[in-house]
Order: sequence, then C-alpha cells, then structure tokens
Amino acid sequence: MSGLDPIFGEEHEVYRQTVRRFVEFEINPFAETWEQARDYPRELFTKAATASLFGAKFDEMWGGTGPDYAAEAVVVEELSRSLTFGTASDLGAHSQLASLYISRFGDDDQRERYLRRSISGEAIGALGVTEPGAGSDVNNVRTRATRDGGEWVLNGSKVFITNGSWANYVVVAARTSDDPGHDNLTLFIVDEDSHGFTRNRMRMIAWHTSHTGELFFDDVRVPDSNRLGDVGSGFRQIMNNFQWERVVLSLSALALAELSLETAISYARDRSAFGRPVIQFQVWQHRFADLAVLVRASKALTYRALRYHIAAEQGLPVARDELVRVTAMAKLHSQRLAWRVADECVQVHGGAGALMEYPAQRFWRDARVGPIGGGTDDIMRNVIAKSLGLGAA
Amino acid sequence: MKLTPFTEDHDLLRKTVREWVDTEIAPHIAAWEEAGDFPDDVFRGAGELGLLGLAFPESAGGQGGDYWSQVVFLEEIGRVSQPIAMVLSVQTDMATPPILQFGDKTQIERWLKPALRGELIGAIGITEPDTGSDVASIRTSAVRDGDEWILNGSKMYITNGARADFITMVVRTGDLDDADPWGGISMFVVDTSLPGFSVSKKLEKAGMRLSDTALLFMDDVRLPAEALLGVEGAGFKQIMWELQGERMGVSVFGVAGARAVVDQTIAYARQRTSFGQPIGEFQAVSHRLAEMATEVEAVEALVYECADLWNRGIYATKEVAMAKLAVGQVTNRVIDEAVQTFGGAGLVEGNFISREWLGMRIGRIGGGSDEVQRQILARLMGLG
Repeated sequence: MSGLDPIFGEEHEVYRQTVRRFVEFEINPFAETWEQARDYPRELFTKAATASLFGAKFDEMWGGTGPDYAAEAVVVEELSRSLTFGTASDLGAHSQLASLYISRFGDDDQRERYLRRSISGEAIGALGVTEPGAGSDVNNVRTRATRDGGEWVLNGSKVFITNGSWANYVVVAARTSDDPGHDNLTLFIVDEDSHGFTRNRMRMIAWHTSHTGELFFDDVRVPDSNRLGDVGSGFRQIMNNFQWERVVLSLSALALAELSLETAISYARDRSAFGRPVIQFQVWQHRFADLAVLVRASKALTYRALRYHIAAEQGLPVARDELVRVTAMAKLHSQRLAWRVADECVQVHGGAGALMEYPAQRFWRDARVGPIGGGTDDIMRNVIAKSLGLGAA
Repeated sequence: MKLTPFTEDHDLLRKTVREWVDTEIAPHIAAWEEAGDFPDDVFRGAGELGLLGLAFPESAGGQGGDYWSQVVFLEEIGRVSQPIAMVLSVQTDMATPPILQFGDKTQIERWLKPALRGELIGAIGITEPDTGSDVASIRTSAVRDGDEWILNGSKMYITNGARADFITMVVRTGDLDDADPWGGISMFVVDTSLPGFSVSKKLEKAGMRLSDTALLFMDDVRLPAEALLGVEGAGFKQIMWELQGERMGVSVFGVAGARAVVDQTIAYARQRTSFGQPIGEFQAVSHRLAEMATEVEAVEALVYECADLWNRGIYATKEVAMAKLAVGQVTNRVIDEAVQTFGGAGLVEGNFISREWLGMRIGRIGGGSDEVQRQILARLMGLG
C-alpha cells in the first residue's frame, strides 16, 4: 500500500482522552498554586501511575502495558500541554530517562527492584549525566567510580538533574577508565539513602515546579549489582538513549508551542486596541498563520522522526544514520520554534505579558530550556552536519 | 510502520521518469534558458511515456495511478529545473484536472485525452493585468449570443500561454453583485485557434526564462456552447477547487527543487577549498547547511502529509495552503543561502544555482502569493 502509515490508531485516541482527563483533573486545577509554591506533591507520581501513564513503553512483565511507542508519544504530548511544564518535565524525566535506562540496560533483578516500582510510581527516578564541566560533551564526564571488591566508590558531582533533588534513585554516569575512546564510562544506580550522597534543589528561571537538582557524591559506595550494563558501555548507552529523548523533547516542545499559540489567539480575541479586537489586525492574523505553518511543519518532521523510532522498536530495518539525522533535525527545528511562539504569545499580551498572573510568561520561560537541554541547538547542528559529511574532518 | 509512502511500483516509475529527465530534459536546460524557449516535443515525449496523466483514470486516457505517482513525476522534474516542472505541472495539475472534474464526455475526448498524450498543450487562465490573487475581480467576460458566447478581455502572466492549444479560463458571465461576490463567474475551455484570440506579448522575465509567459488578448472571440466547462455561474467555486491541486503540485516540485539545491550545495562545500580546507569543514558553513537541510526535511514532511490527505481524497484546504506557503518560504531561503555558499560561482549565469535563484522567486508569488495563503489560513483558523 502506498501512503503514510498512520501513527495513531483508535486505541491511542482513547488513551489520549485518558491522559487528557488526568491533566484536566489532577494537574491543571492546581497548576497556579504549584507554580507559585514552586512545588507539587509527590503523590502525583502514584496518581499518574494509577492512570497508567508510566507503562506504555514497558512490557507487562514489569507492570507496563506495552511496548507501544505511539502510546508513549500520546502521554508526552498530553502531559506537555498541562499548564505546568516543569511538572510535566519531572514526570517525563522519570519515565523517558531513568525508567527507560533500567528497562533497556538493566538485568531482571534491577528491573524488579527499580523498573517495577517506577512504573507503579512508588519510586521516582532521575538520570545523572551532566556535570559542571560536561554538558552536551558527554565524553568529558569527571565523576569517577573506582572498584573496591564487590563495590564501586563514586566521587564527583552532577548538575541540572531533573528529579535530582527528590529522586529515590539516580542512574549516574561515571568514569571507570582514563583510556581514550568511548569505553570509559559506566552507569550505576545510586539509591537515595546511600552514605555520602547529598543534593540541593536548584533555583531556575524556568520549570519552576521541577525538582531539578545538583548532586554530590563523596565516597558513595554502590554494590556491583547496581552497575547498569557492562563496564565501559556507558557512553554508547547514553548516545543510544539520546535518540528517543530527542523525539520526546520535540513532541513536548511542540505541545507547548500549540498551547502558546492557542493562548495567544484567544487573548487576541479578548483584548482590544484602537477600538477593535487585536485579532482583527491583519498583521496579527498573518503572524498567527505563519506560526501555525511552522508548528505544523515541525510536527510533520517530528512525526517523521517518531516513525523511525516506532519502526526500529518493531524490529524493522532502519538506517541508523537516517534515524539519528532526522531526530536531530526534529529537535533543532522544534525547540527554538516553541520559544518563538511563546515569545509572540507574550507580545500579543502587551503589558500583561510580563505579569505572573498570566501563563504567557511561563510558556516563554519554560520554552527557553528547549534549545539547551538534551543537546543544544549547536550540538544538533553538529550531528546533522556530520551525517551530511560536513564539519570538522 | 513503514518509512516511505512509495511502493516498488513507484520506485520503478521513478526510474523511468529519471531516465527521461536525465536524457531528454536536464542536458538541455541551460540552452533552453538561454534561448528563452523549449521545444513542444517535451510534452509529446512525456505524453508518449504516459507521464502526463499518471493519476488520471484510464477511462479518461490516464494511467490510473494514485497521487503518489504524480508526486514521483513532479519530484523528478523539480529536482533538475523549476521552470520545466512548472510548465509540465501547468499541463498536469492545472489546465487538465478541471476538464476531468467538471467536463462532459465530449470535452474529455476533445481536450483532455489529447492533452494527456502531449498532443495538445494547455494553460490555465486566471490572472489579468489588473487582478491576480483576487479572482472575484476578473473582468474578462463572455456574453451569450444565441448558442455561442462572445469573449472579450485579456489574461496576464499565463504560463504556456504563447504555445497553448487551449486555455482553461475563468471568465465573468454575470454582473458583479455585492450580494453574491463570487457569483457570475464561469469556466471555459478556450480554443486558441479561434479568430479574435491573440498572444499580445511574450513577457521577458528575470527568471524561468525557458517557459513562455504571455499576455493574451481576446477580441470578440466566439466560443461554441460546448466551450463552457461545468456549471454556468459556478466558475469561482470550480477555480478554487483547481487551485488546491495547483498548490499541491507546486509544493511537491518546489520542495524537490529545494532538496536538490541543498544536495548540490553540500557536494560543493565538500570539494571547494578555502584557507586550506574544504569550506564544508568550517563549522559556520556546516551549521548553515544543517539548518537548510532541516528546513527542507520539515517542509517535505509537511508536503507528504498533505499529499497523503490528497491521495485519500481528503480536501485539506488548510494543509495545502500551509504547504504552499512553507515551500515558497523555504525554497527561497535555501536557494539564497546556496548562492552565498557557492560565492562567485553562484552568480555566474547558466548554472543550476544561479538559475534556480532567479527561478524560485516565483514560488512566493504564483498560485496565490504568500499573503493570500496567510489570508486563507487566517480565515480557516477562524481568526478575524
């Protein structure tokens, strides 16, 4: 058959309604309160689990309902449309990063101890890769793990770790060798109560409700049974998982872009200037049209990337370099765009755009994280250029 | 989950089209641009291979394929030359679909079948000297006289206009009426050999020089009754239908052109050296090309989603307007960055990049300008 395979089936639309109801009843009514408090109750994780929002990617054996990556995309899109993006980011980091790492790289014992409890919302997970001196440049991780009998001793620190300040466990990337190349990182699961593990919550201008943390490891002893995968396989595990993370970030940014555009249009209908609603000015109509086109094109690109991932998960032959390139393109295209749309949303609000009582400023602040987190725009351009045979030789 | 909308049959078709394009079209583009003309044989050659009616039903002389076969055809031509893609798309996506959609059996036999064989050349006649995108304001008129119609007026910027055997034309047949601003318009298939029809001027253009773009003049042209296409007074609605397929077509070959530009620019950046290294190794150049490739990938994904809707018979006016607008914007940005990357070579007359820079500019004007697409979108989005 010719034509594009649809990504979503009827069961996904039903599921979308479930997630949407969760956002409508369990998140949005409290969004303003949580944003002001810069916090929200951690019971949200168990509630989300009850609504089966954490299981779509995972096998039934561990309490999941999948694997179904189209369903997972539905969760990402709908949660990202909530009025508190930082909260959605916490839920996302737990499921798309920490849980997925355990599922992909863990053994059954680790899956039993961490994945099952993550899907059920009993345990909150975080992924710790970024450091003060190593962001997108993963190979430069300095946190070190040294073997000591049946244990590893971790020393170092991590920053900008989503869920880091309250996670029950953190998947930590540490250096286990100083050899050149890509075999010197290893992943470890660090429990919250490990001796020598301390953390702070970071104050950021965006994602106000998110529990983004700074982590310190001072002679933290981790049993070898908490080593995730083979020694030296960390870099490849991280690179491998970056691909899905970038699709998630693209879906998420575009959900925020759509929400910003809808909010902007609705405000333009209500607000009058020079004796008529702002929406009746042709420049605003055309501006909204342009933004809608960009968002629609960006979504088409992101869905193209999503198709690659679903096909790969289905075990179909997928050209790896194409998957990496299209995924990086989706990430690059969507993040600045979401911020640009949010910026126009602030603009149409006029003075009210600066007021904390309107969500416009929040969309604008929250969207700004996009071109930085999960690999900056420049890193995406490097990745794309490399796949096109360009860039430094 | 398959990753391509095309089947093996489409791949075979692509091979056929590509062979034809590479032997019969591509080697001659520079000379045709220089001459400001190309031979009518291009239509006959395409017609003989069955390329002019790929998605038309067999009963109407077409190949009975789906829209994706038309996508293959337009992509393969669009990648070598926007002007040739335009003249062929005028034939396949603009002048002929209304005859299939609104025409009767006689009109299909008389005009459509020979056109799909490439024996007759068609054009679409909408724009006039005083009205472009504002179709409702056309003034060319046809007045009933017994069984006939008497046609008077002029049409401007008509691609294929100087060589056309017939023109699928919108004409005013009733008075302008404020109560029904879109009424009083009808469509005709105008036989250009009739007395009173003249090509008043072949226009000199900055780009797309190989295609003939004409100012046409109609002075008491007597059209037979059977020249009326579809329903009298329904012409506005009919031409709005035509414009959807037209915008799909230009979007498909436009984005294929943009992709070809990016591919050629990448190839150039990898071999051209400056300051002792290929310019593609400079990070700034590589990032610019990464952005170009990304924009093209996004807009192609959008065009494919539209093509998919179109192929399933969904009349997606909003998505088509989005694709048309996005393609025009992106092709123009990409070709300009390509000229920048080629440096002096991008300004030399007669090569692909300089030619496309001149030719692609029409993408933001023809088939409904950027501003018209935004206007359509604003309406369909319920703004204002």
